[in-house]
Amino acid sequence: MLRKLLFLSVMMLAAVRPALAADLADPKAEFKAFRDYFTSRFPKVPLDDFVNGPYSMDEGLRKQWQEIEEFPPYEFAVDKGKEMFAKPFANGKTYADCFPNGGIGIRQNYPYFDTKSGQVITLELALNQCREQNGEKPFSYTKDDMAALTAYMAFTSRGKRFDIKIPDDPRALAAYRKGEEYFYTRRGQLNFSCASCHVQSAGNHIRTEVLAPALGIMAAMPIYRSEWSGMGTTSRRFTSCNSQVRATPLPPQDELYRDVEYFLTYMGNGLPVSGPGARP
Amino acid sequence: MHLPSSVARMTAATSGIWRPRMSVLRALSGLLLISVLAAVAMAAPADDFKAAYAKAEAASKQSAALKTQWTTTVATLKAAKAAADAGKFDEAVTLAKEAEVLAEASIAQGRDEQGAWKDRVIR
Repeated sequence: MLRKLLFLSVMMLAAVRPALAADLADPKAEFKAFRDYFTSRFPKVPLDDFVNGPYSMDEGLRKQWQEIEEFPPYEFAVDKGKEMFAKPFANGKTYADCFPNGGIGIRQNYPYFDTKSGQVITLELALNQCREQNGEKPFSYTKDDMAALTAYMAFTSRGKRFDIKIPDDPRALAAYRKGEEYFYTRRGQLNFSCASCHVQSAGNHIRTEVLAPALGIMAAMPIYRSEWSGMGTTSRRFTSCNSQVRATPLPPQDELYRDVEYFLTYMGNGLPVSGPGARP
Repeated sequence: MHLPSSVARMTAATSGIWRPRMSVLRALSGLLLISVLAAVAMAAPADDFKAAYAKAEAASKQSAALKTQWTTTVATLKAAKAAADAGKFDEAVTLAKEAEVLAEASIAQGRDEQGAWKDRVIR
């Protein structure tokens, strides 16, 4: 009798226990919670404006940016990317042959999980795969030519809403989880996670910079950064973020970086493409 | 037969065998001893550095494999090597030990973070 009572008590406790912190919700529920966190914390910021990063958080900075947009510093990269995109490879084919819709207006669907290869394919990776399939050497992932190409492709997709899918494939969910883990894990001597800056401290100043909110943070990539005096890709952004917290960066387009991009872009689903962007 | 010393030296020289005086022998022995002592004195810090560097380098490689390495570990290891190359072994040992501490701390950070990240997920 006593044993039965004990068993029943344990079962009842298990049934009513609060959700443990370690229990993770499914991606759809996490997407909603992520968006709700930012919209309730910054109620005056229109949802679509989150893609403008620090400019959605700071009025003074926004005014400066609006002036900058009169003569956008990324314009040269867009023009160069357009030329590169149209120029045939040695075999006569072009980038357009590698992408759906000839590569025009497709930025919102990247990155995607490729069920054939079982990995996340970013736009940068897809571009280099295209080059190699056509007998060309791959570009550096961080700036210059790669930034120009992705700037042009983003430009042709402006306003289109991100639509990142997690297919019914355990490997896709695993990639999402790995990206999520990387995003929330503290690293580097300064013991910061991506979330330390872009969730907990979004909108705050770190020295002279205003920290961008994580919601919609991928929408403006690639970006012209005044700090870099040039264009930079998502790869460049991730590696420099790691360095800034004194963590040894991963190689550009490392599987983990691609998983982070997958997770973060999924969190920004429904928001418009705003890239290429300009940042301080 | 007893020969005057000058004659003895001359005889030795002409026979092709150089026989130094005792005072020269003593001086050479002294020099040799000093050289050996100096080499021993130099070898000790160099060996200390090699041991400290090897330990730090191993810990740094482990942190890199775990993807928890800090940039400061790499920079401190590099500084330790530079100090050793410049013959500043005391400084080199100190830096190597510092690099090892940094590497161990980054490994501990990675260990502590396993699972801890889940508590930070927005719910």
